[in-house]
Amino acid sequence: MQPKHSIDRRAFLKLSTFTSAALTIGFYFPALAEESTIITAETADNLGIVLNAFISIDKTGKVSIINHRAEMGQGSFQAVPQMIAEELEVSLDQVSIAFGPGHQTKYGGSQITGGSSTVRGAYKHLLRTGATAREMLIDAAAKKWSVPRETCYALNGEVIHRPTNKKLGYGELVEEAAKGTPPKQVALKERKNYTVIGKPLPRQDTPAKVNGKAEFGLDKKLPGMLYSVVERCPYFLGKVKSYDDSAVTTMPGVKHVFKVQMPVFDSLREGVAIVADNTWAAMQARKVLKVEWDATGFEHLDTATLYNRMKADLQKPGLSQRTGGNFDATYAKAASKLEAVYETPYEAHACMEPLNCVADVKGDIITVWGPIQGPDWIQRDLAERLKIPMENITVNMTFLGGGFGRKAFTDYTTEAVLISKEIKAPVQVVWTREDDMTQGPFRPGAVYECKAGLNDKGRITAFQAKMAAQNMDHQWPHADKSNFNGSTTEGLPEVFINGLEHYSFSDVPTESPIPVMWWRSVYSSTNGFAYESFMDELAYAANTDPLDYRRQHLRDERAEALIQMLEEKTGWRTREKNSGWGIAITECFKSMVGEAVKVSKQADGKLKIDRIIAVMDCGWYVNPDIIKQQVEGSIVMALGAATTHETHFTDGKSVETNFHQYLMPRMPDVPDIEVYIMENEEKPGGVGEPGLPPFAPALCNAIFDLTGKRIRKLPFNMNSI
Amino acid sequence: MASYKLSINGTIQAVEADPKMPLLWLLRDLLNMTGTKYGCGMSQCGACTVHLNGNAIRSCSMPVSAIGNQKITTIEGISSDNMHAVQQAWIAEQVPQCGYCQSGQIMSAVSLLKRNPNPTDHDIDLAMQGNICRCGTYPRIRKAIHKAAAMMKQPAKSF
Repeated sequence: MQPKHSIDRRAFLKLSTFTSAALTIGFYFPALAEESTIITAETADNLGIVLNAFISIDKTGKVSIINHRAEMGQGSFQAVPQMIAEELEVSLDQVSIAFGPGHQTKYGGSQITGGSSTVRGAYKHLLRTGATAREMLIDAAAKKWSVPRETCYALNGEVIHRPTNKKLGYGELVEEAAKGTPPKQVALKERKNYTVIGKPLPRQDTPAKVNGKAEFGLDKKLPGMLYSVVERCPYFLGKVKSYDDSAVTTMPGVKHVFKVQMPVFDSLREGVAIVADNTWAAMQARKVLKVEWDATGFEHLDTATLYNRMKADLQKPGLSQRTGGNFDATYAKAASKLEAVYETPYEAHACMEPLNCVADVKGDIITVWGPIQGPDWIQRDLAERLKIPMENITVNMTFLGGGFGRKAFTDYTTEAVLISKEIKAPVQVVWTREDDMTQGPFRPGAVYECKAGLNDKGRITAFQAKMAAQNMDHQWPHADKSNFNGSTTEGLPEVFINGLEHYSFSDVPTESPIPVMWWRSVYSSTNGFAYESFMDELAYAANTDPLDYRRQHLRDERAEALIQMLEEKTGWRTREKNSGWGIAITECFKSMVGEAVKVSKQADGKLKIDRIIAVMDCGWYVNPDIIKQQVEGSIVMALGAATTHETHFTDGKSVETNFHQYLMPRMPDVPDIEVYIMENEEKPGGVGEPGLPPFAPALCNAIFDLTGKRIRKLPFNMNSI
Repeated sequence: MASYKLSINGTIQAVEADPKMPLLWLLRDLLNMTGTKYGCGMSQCGACTVHLNGNAIRSCSMPVSAIGNQKITTIEGISSDNMHAVQQAWIAEQVPQCGYCQSGQIMSAVSLLKRNPNPTDHDIDLAMQGNICRCGTYPRIRKAIHKAAAMMKQPAKSF
């Protein structure tokens, strides 16, 4: 009988095309250990350990690195290898990169690509793994030359003997190195000696993304693959009552029509699948399919009812999340008081690549390809749902044409697997833009009530923020609805919290059948608007410059350095007349971002954004140009959610179906964006999301500065201020 | 179904298709040319942009029967080894993030520069406003188009 672990190793060698690999090392987590242990593939095989395979070097010196995370634009495909290459002493062009398919335990935690966590979650292990391989190669060279290892060093894919300058390439050393034992401790390089980390090295995925060769989920083709579209129930909790496919089955190219289900949290979304020999044929057939829906037994919500409910919910006691001091007592005796209510909209993710998934089910062997944020989640979901052993399920990641949280959900992949299972053939399920935009899950809209008490100098003595919104965690089966969702106060004014003595943050979960989930920066994406707009209102109430007012309330050195940078880059003290400036500072996913916006009125009276300045403090970082890309992208996405798009609901269905209704920012709407990065010795923070929350409040604060009009409800129309 | 002989990237391709099938799906599903992307299916996002006789069009809304002998150019026909000035500029400015919309962005940019070798910011805004990018690469696209325009003026290189 074959030992189980050899399957894993074979699978690894196969997937990574490291068939001639001679040195393969990775890390694993011994039971109960917090720190990872690094071993070779040979040792792992002998011990029956599933290795987190990150590095493999073959006899030609080619280095292969596994990127265990999804690449959806945020740059993990570059950042992960860039970290390993630094310690391994190779340049990135010696390295090829492969995606790691879904695995429950290999990568030291879930592969779910979310929470801006790739670098900050894995950097320690990745640096150590790279350094360990380097030390083993140096050991091997010293042994070959019979010289003291201290006289050898590694550089640019070679080990060099310092006194004689003789060299051996890594390829010539891997066989010897593989016989060695990884050292228990390795010295990591100091940041000042980095040649790869911290440099704006061009992304390895760019060339394939300018000539059409990059393979996205929708580009995956398999021999004999059929194409499917699904007419899903437009009501969030509806069912198929009946359907008439008499006009469909005779259409050219149509192969199958049948009812299919898809899990959406604790319910099953029903639809009718059409399978054809090309996407367009399936789409045409769908137009003549007749489905009668059972839309009874649940509420047919509309947007007005939903927001009235949230406002009413604000009167209820909240699930308390974070309190300090005594808000009520301090507020009661404050010299002056201010209250404001803010509203933020529901949003679609609107990734440019609509949802899709290729599934191939052969008996109890399942293989999936697609634009996927959480391959290990999909594997687990399918194993539980279909009662199939985990090792029979392979989930492969392609490039993602955007993700933003949506492609972390497992509905679309499960549906594709069920369709392939039914037709006993490989299939690509394609969501039309309309499917993608109307089915959800959406970013939840939220209503906030903020209250603050000020002393006679205008300083904040008591601060309260209460949110009414749908609670994402409450949608899962058997959810504990008496408890708050850990992420609802993400982005609460961390920057100022140390300076607040009496505060209270709470949320009231609003009931609704609309499915909601993570959308770039999650609850911070709306929280930041409320908190930082309110901060601005307090500054004006205190008759204090908004930047100075924030500075007065900071109790954090990083925040002080950041606001200083913002002041310098904006030329805050030399602001011109007839223009409005606004700032906002938020913190989430362990990074702090300050943004400033300058607006002016054009000759036709319309508002124009003249400048956008962002300062990012994400601590230790890998690639400054990717950080700039991410902040630019976060700002444009925030601009859309603040000024151009919103998902409405009527009769229990969503209203906006495509880009003619869900209006996206376009080229003329977006000026240049200046991004600055703070240099410090802090631990790494997130990069993909923290640039989003401060933009909307900075823009609205600028508009107030220019016009005196305070915007408390998003989105608003820039052309009608 | 009908038989068509289409000129795609300088090669004549014979294909059997429903006359109403949009060029987008013909390229992607019948010819496996997946560089041209589906984004909205209604000429709203520009992800499917290709050239017909050098002019940018939305292939999602162009039935195969309307093409006749007009010359189709797709992203694959711009330059498979990234030697076109627009591709070079896109790499130099590190434009793509997720990259999904970039085939369409590049096809629109190539068409713009053919018509107007010296575009101003305003010209770029007008020519590129039909292409949506959810990653927000617009400022970099603007810079890359200016850079490509400058590169195309260098006499030593021909694109």
